[in-house]
Amino acid sequence: MSTSTQTSQPGPGVSPVRRSKLTRGQRPRWLVPVVGVVAVVAGAALAALVGFGIALWALFAAVIFLVVGPLAVGLIEGSRAGKDSLMTFLVYTAFVLAVIPLVSVIWTVLVNGVPGLTGNMLWTSMNGVTGLQDNTAGSSGEVVGGAYHAIVGTVSITFWATVMSVPVGLLTAIYLVEYSQGGWLGKAITFFVDVMTGIPSIVAGLFAAALFGMIFGPSTRTGFVAAVALTVLMIPTVVKNTEEMLRIVPNELREASYALGVRKWRTILKVVIPTAISGIASGVTLAIARVIGETAPLLVTAGFATAINWNSFSGWMTTLPTFIYYQIMNPTSPTNPDPSLQRAWAAALILIIIVMLLNLVARLIARAFAPKTAGR
Amino acid sequence: MSTTLSARKPGTSSSAGGRAGDAVFSGLSLAAGILIFAVLAAVALFLLLQALPTFTAPAAEITGGAGFFSYIGPLVVGTLIASVIALLIATPVGILVALYISHYAPARISTPVGYVIDLLAAIPSVIYGAWGATVLAPALVPLYTWLSEHAGFIPFFTGPASQTGKTMLTAGIVLAIMILPIITSMSREIFSQTPKLHEEAALALGATRWEMIRVSVLPFARPGIVSSIMLALGRALGETMAVALVLSSGPMIASLVKSGNQTIAAEIALNFPEAYGLRLSELIAAGLVLFLITLVVNMIARAIIARYKEFSGAN
Amino acid sequence: MSKRIDVEHLNVYYGDFLAVQDVSMNIEPRSVTAFIGPSGCGKSTFLRTLNRMHEVIPGARAEGKVLLDGDDLYGKGVDPVTVRSMVGMVFQRPNPFPTMSIRDNVLAGVKLNNKRISSSDADDLVESSLRGANLWNEVKDRLGKPGSGLSGGQQQRLCIARAIAVKPEVILMDEPCSALDPISTLAIEDLINDIKSDYTVVIVTHNMQQASRVSDKTAFFNIEGTGKPGRLIEYAPTSEIFNTPQKQETEDYVSGRFG
Repeated sequence: MSTSTQTSQPGPGVSPVRRSKLTRGQRPRWLVPVVGVVAVVAGAALAALVGFGIALWALFAAVIFLVVGPLAVGLIEGSRAGKDSLMTFLVYTAFVLAVIPLVSVIWTVLVNGVPGLTGNMLWTSMNGVTGLQDNTAGSSGEVVGGAYHAIVGTVSITFWATVMSVPVGLLTAIYLVEYSQGGWLGKAITFFVDVMTGIPSIVAGLFAAALFGMIFGPSTRTGFVAAVALTVLMIPTVVKNTEEMLRIVPNELREASYALGVRKWRTILKVVIPTAISGIASGVTLAIARVIGETAPLLVTAGFATAINWNSFSGWMTTLPTFIYYQIMNPTSPTNPDPSLQRAWAAALILIIIVMLLNLVARLIARAFAPKTAGR
Repeated sequence: MSTTLSARKPGTSSSAGGRAGDAVFSGLSLAAGILIFAVLAAVALFLLLQALPTFTAPAAEITGGAGFFSYIGPLVVGTLIASVIALLIATPVGILVALYISHYAPARISTPVGYVIDLLAAIPSVIYGAWGATVLAPALVPLYTWLSEHAGFIPFFTGPASQTGKTMLTAGIVLAIMILPIITSMSREIFSQTPKLHEEAALALGATRWEMIRVSVLPFARPGIVSSIMLALGRALGETMAVALVLSSGPMIASLVKSGNQTIAAEIALNFPEAYGLRLSELIAAGLVLFLITLVVNMIARAIIARYKEFSGAN
Repeated sequence: MSKRIDVEHLNVYYGDFLAVQDVSMNIEPRSVTAFIGPSGCGKSTFLRTLNRMHEVIPGARAEGKVLLDGDDLYGKGVDPVTVRSMVGMVFQRPNPFPTMSIRDNVLAGVKLNNKRISSSDADDLVESSLRGANLWNEVKDRLGKPGSGLSGGQQQRLCIARAIAVKPEVILMDEPCSALDPISTLAIEDLINDIKSDYTVVIVTHNMQQASRVSDKTAFFNIEGTGKPGRLIEYAPTSEIFNTPQKQETEDYVSGRFG
């Protein structure tokens, strides 16, 4: 359209009332809203033909709008504007599409989980709970048994995984940033950390199971085996994040410290790490939040327990994710799965709350100490 | 930055105790780096050792009775089907959402939206699985029925459709939702790093918003988009819980709206707790295969990124 | 191919902050107009309002009228995209598209405007635009190479070629030589002299010698202090600004007693 306005101009400034050449051939402002209304109505009509449903209605309306809107704009303003508005509509549609499942997941967990969030759920285990109790729960309304043992398992397994992976991850990152100086070893380690990032979580579980199976005999399942599996998953996250945080520490700080005659290791401990500590701590928190929700590696390493077990080195353990999984897949009472489902959703709610809290804490840590890293 | 450090290697003066500290500290950090090698080597080694009996056992004793490769083949195919469905859905949506955050949404909205997408990534996979099995699968049953009735001539939609909705397509959709944040958050980061200069160059030529994105943002971000897709693929291939909970597994079939098919990861998770002996090493061998596939995907991703870097490295 | 610009009582804001206050001026077609003034006086901001590029900066907005041959750029329903295809712009730092060849860079705007262009027409356009930008002889053998491989001065001339390839009415230049060496600067100045027979050129410059060398009229902008808005102090033929300025402020600035 811009080319047409250039070529056919009638002499400059002929009359003050003429329409601006700049707006010639533009769509009227009501066009898009009207197309929207038409799409909603036509969508409703079409949906009624097939069998009315809200989802179907929304789908038809969206499709009609996405086709007719850009076409109308394109006819009036030319294909460039049509394409531009098509992309704009698509971008907004994609955003809505992405938000729907999130809202649905959180809504589902809230609606199904809140009723189950009782004292029983938090403070009792599944020890001694059988299908018999679940079958009677239907009449009395109270569901016995809970996820206390799973919370205990989650806390202790995550604890051991953190204890093992954080030092290794931190030191590796320090080696990469402060010592390797671009050498082949540093490059190789970076490469293998990348490979480790790609290990599927179930494979990490298999590794831990295979390792302990070879040493302590087949089917060795304890919380510690699971912690080893989670460590394999956690190390690359910690390394990557710490590396990034160390690299944004300005070199001037290191040089200032060296110029004062301070040793390299003391420089790292006293200058570099304190400067980056908020980023590192926030990254570690996020890594914990990630592994705390892992399910697959625990299925193959930690076994399945119904009773409280604080000892990670002997006996089976259950964590919140595996608790959810088993309550859904193998309800305590196969004939009346509702109490099990209620426990599963309540556990899911607890798990989501823990994960969200960890994410929040990570953000708060990053924000609380942010000025230190901002001096870039 | 590390080159400037190497120029001033400390340790020529100062006290002897400090020097020992230097040695200890650098040794420790080196050891940690080497431990990574050791762990990775151990992963490969132990999986290989434990998987070995599978390859030496007579074919008839393997599940399915026809040897390891005819056992693992359908699982590999199933894994690929699920991942491809997930990528087909998540790639366009993920990139468009990233564009929404970086170039379309008003500044006031884009930051919270970024948080929301990160939130999507933080939800544990078992919860997506539970949601997929109890909410999404039943909701999709009418669609599957309709597809099998009206598009049944396409092999993917051959009926009769599953009445629980626990099909490969559902599993693929759940996987797509799970990998969407990976694609979105990485692409968004790169989109917003597009040099302002290039965006302004396009706008000053009279480009529309989409043309500006096509001319300056997408070429700049292409390697990043590719690597985010590859990372998402790696995640989809290895994802266990979404499939284990959502898919009602069975033999390999083409139809995506019937129950059937299985992925490697879900096969392991479902069968490992009760497995022993040869079955155990079969599953570990399956895990090894999964490991190799994801390894290859990651390698390809890295190779692509390296190649693109050469091309756009002029600037 | 060339249009006049009339600015009437233009105010530019960044959020609530008034950055440029009440500017009115008339820019004649086929002339070179230079904006001079100390840093932060709003001359670049004002330049950007002439093709609505200031809207790229979050929070920036303009009030008032900018008439391009009588049509208000800020009129109701005017699409900034239309404005920018009529008013081209060259930036402070050369910004060829890094992923495109030299040829594709020149054609970038045209391909956007008019998708299908025959390859012989495209060749002609590339050659005439590059000749117009005094770059043809230097790059004719490597049109397929990336534009980012050129020197800074060549890149800037490539950007000018890209801007004139879309045949705009007006070309805005925002300190086009500030990132270049003296020889490249001279080449750009020669180029500005050549193209003013076809285009209305508006150039922002920090360099007063440059303003006196290339421009027909000069506008002097000043700012009273930090936090105060920039204002247009004097706008007159270049020789007048540099030899017989009407305002004391202008004289202080051009004689180097200030800034």
